[in-house]
Amino acid sequence: MELFKRVKIINFMEYSKWGLAASTLLVIACLGLIFFKGFNLGVDFAGGSVAQVRFVKNAPIAKIRHAFNEAHFSGVQVSAFGSEQEVVIKIPVGKVHKDLSTEITKILKPLGQFEIRKLDSVGPKVGDELKKKGVLSLVLAILAMMLYVGVRYEWRFALASVIALLHDSLITATSVIVFDIDLNLEVIAAILTLIGYSINDTIIIFDRIREGMLTKRTNDLDYVINEAISSTLTRTLLTSLTVFFVLLVLYVFGSKILVGFSLPMLIGTIVGTYSSIFIAPRVAVLLGFDLERYHGNELKKAKKKQEKERLRRQYEHGRV
Amino acid sequence: MQRVFNTRLLAFICALIFGVGFALPSFLQTKGPKITLGLDLRGGLSLLLGVGVEEALKTKYASIASSLDYAFKQQNILVQDLHSSLQGVSFTLLDKDDEKNVDKILEDLRKDGAEIFTTGNNYTLRLSFRKTQAYKQQTVVQVISTIKNRLDQFGLAEPTVLQQGKDAVLVQLPGINSIEEEQRAKNLITKSAHLQMMAVDEEKNEYLDSLTDEEIKKLGDVVLPYAGRGGQAYGHLLLKAIPILDGEMLTDAQVVYDKNNQPVVSFSLNSQGAKIFGDFSGENVGKRMAVVLDHKVYSAPYIRERIGGGSGQISGDFTVAQASDLAIALRSGVLSAPLVVLEKRIIGPSLGADSIKTSIVALIGGFILVMVFMISYYALAGVIASVALIVNLFLIIAVMAIFGATLTLPGMAGIVLTVGMAVDANIIINERIREGLRRNESIAQALHSGYANASRAIFDSNLTSLIASFLLYAYGTGSIKGFALTTGIGILASILTAIVGTQGFYQAILPQISRNKNLALWFGVQSQVSQRGRSGAV
Repeated sequence: MELFKRVKIINFMEYSKWGLAASTLLVIACLGLIFFKGFNLGVDFAGGSVAQVRFVKNAPIAKIRHAFNEAHFSGVQVSAFGSEQEVVIKIPVGKVHKDLSTEITKILKPLGQFEIRKLDSVGPKVGDELKKKGVLSLVLAILAMMLYVGVRYEWRFALASVIALLHDSLITATSVIVFDIDLNLEVIAAILTLIGYSINDTIIIFDRIREGMLTKRTNDLDYVINEAISSTLTRTLLTSLTVFFVLLVLYVFGSKILVGFSLPMLIGTIVGTYSSIFIAPRVAVLLGFDLERYHGNELKKAKKKQEKERLRRQYEHGRV
Repeated sequence: MQRVFNTRLLAFICALIFGVGFALPSFLQTKGPKITLGLDLRGGLSLLLGVGVEEALKTKYASIASSLDYAFKQQNILVQDLHSSLQGVSFTLLDKDDEKNVDKILEDLRKDGAEIFTTGNNYTLRLSFRKTQAYKQQTVVQVISTIKNRLDQFGLAEPTVLQQGKDAVLVQLPGINSIEEEQRAKNLITKSAHLQMMAVDEEKNEYLDSLTDEEIKKLGDVVLPYAGRGGQAYGHLLLKAIPILDGEMLTDAQVVYDKNNQPVVSFSLNSQGAKIFGDFSGENVGKRMAVVLDHKVYSAPYIRERIGGGSGQISGDFTVAQASDLAIALRSGVLSAPLVVLEKRIIGPSLGADSIKTSIVALIGGFILVMVFMISYYALAGVIASVALIVNLFLIIAVMAIFGATLTLPGMAGIVLTVGMAVDANIIINERIREGLRRNESIAQALHSGYANASRAIFDSNLTSLIASFLLYAYGTGSIKGFALTTGIGILASILTAIVGTQGFYQAILPQISRNKNLALWFGVQSQVSQRGRSGAV
């Protein structure tokens, strides 16, 4: 089977003007959502407790709410989780409940048989530390990737790939707000996965661009980029599809447990693929990447090397 | 042209044997290294405990103060206002003539890293900065070993006790399922089991109700509550602030039954403790001595005679389980710092089982989808890629099993990503080979140029991801670590299987492919002849 029998060069650089405009709007929308609506911080970051309780019969959500109010728990949120039997009870941080599992058992006992499937209690201090460490490791990872791409390619490419990366992570993170998922460690894992995936995709295309720049003696950068994206298009689509499939299976069969990971990642795969085609190369060009100058630099480098070689030989001759 | 077995293929076969060999124990529960499942996958209790290192330091100063008190009394040195705080120990010497003797007593402490400041007759003793830091670290280490000790004696399967950050300890207890078990384990772990013998201030105790906090402090006393029987506190007792002796001198603790057949905990002291205990009881016949555990008075019996032999009893309204837990706690040593539960996660066994089930279904389902897709698109080249993918998965599990790494839910996600990334390498290679074939290269040429061209891009992209994984592992916490670990191992494994291994395959079977020339069968492309016109990829 073949997707494209001949590599048809598509004018991606032309389309990417639209892509860039769309992305700008999307980023603004995302920032707006983050600032005006904000993330729903889960217990991992905000502190507090979450209990996942499964009843033998259907869970009486209204009664559960009432029971917690009666017991003077303030700000308790009760919501259905996946099935009719299962509920999630969120208890905000504040009053420290020494033995929450015992308390919950006491409160829910009159409402029927149940099982506490999961109970997480996180103190506010831990959430703070998690935030700090998470951000630190992310920033370091991104800087290191940028450095590597910068050394192997060019600083404009490095910057472009990181901008694409930020674009992808921003949109993916915001999708969590849209789908009303709590910002928890699973979401962080999804964003991490996306970062690995997105930079991969971008590098494959950049590598092809570099190859084109070195082998084809043309100063038409748009052509080189279009050619590079076109010839890697099959690969980009295939890989995205396989990753998408795996995630889709995870989403469909993973039920609610992994939804914080699979749903943002599904969005992330689409955005990551799109950005490496339409955003990253365009940004590299916008940053002032110039093929003529690049060739000039390469020529200078080659000349310098030759000159050095010549000098070295001369020197050796002189000594011999 | 090529031998059947080339180095690449051999490396791949070694990886296959290694991977399957070390991964199987994890699946079949046979002997050998097994992958450890994280609590999120098998259920249990996870506690993140903050260690109160400042409190430990306070206790340390208190114990220095109590040993100084003993030494001064023995040598009849009169001091005033001996007290300890987080800042150190201070006292005022009454008789200047004793200065030499005091110096002698302090000399040992100075050797131990204490700094001593004197202004006139006022002495202040403090641990040096370095010593303080070292003591804090030592406290955490001591807390960890004490917790381990207790859990061992409690008989729990495979507990994990790890230091996290500077002053926190992560305790993971798989297989804790009921609320009662959880309570009991938590109590056992966090009970500081700080046993002290304290003298009752008999003269002032009568007026306890009329004394203000200020006055009590001035007297060098403390007020401690009685341990409530059945949760009911009933009154307080005025005690000398400097304890007679400390739990550090304890050597053993056992559950015994008293004459009413009630369980009590009997303890023994080391020789130093026994001597202090004996001397004190000898000098204070007729007075009361309080048995204080974790700043609560358990009993305060009158001393009838000198108590030699260095053993005593703690009686409370214990159940047998409580008494035995207390004995374990005392035996395994005092927790030199109080613990605060910073984070508690309980995962029920049914949820853990569900998580495993869903992740395995997702992994296998995704895997099969990818394989079907690869084979239908690339034909036999897709089969080779799929084999590489399977070996890759085995390798990840094998490496994790050998290093005793823990597989968590985010780790599973990392494996899912690796499946995507590993297959990506083969897609890139296969696409490059097809390009070569379209340029009418011979199969050998196409294979060669395909791998040569693809390797660069794959190398770059894999190395970037690897750098990221490494940093995430080094600086991240908990689940970020688990994720970074599986992706890191996965990337390395995919270089071995998807790039080295598959190339070895092709090298070995190149003569067959060259002879047969059925490109549709091998690479899923039309044969070259039908593609006369050169494609766009110039």
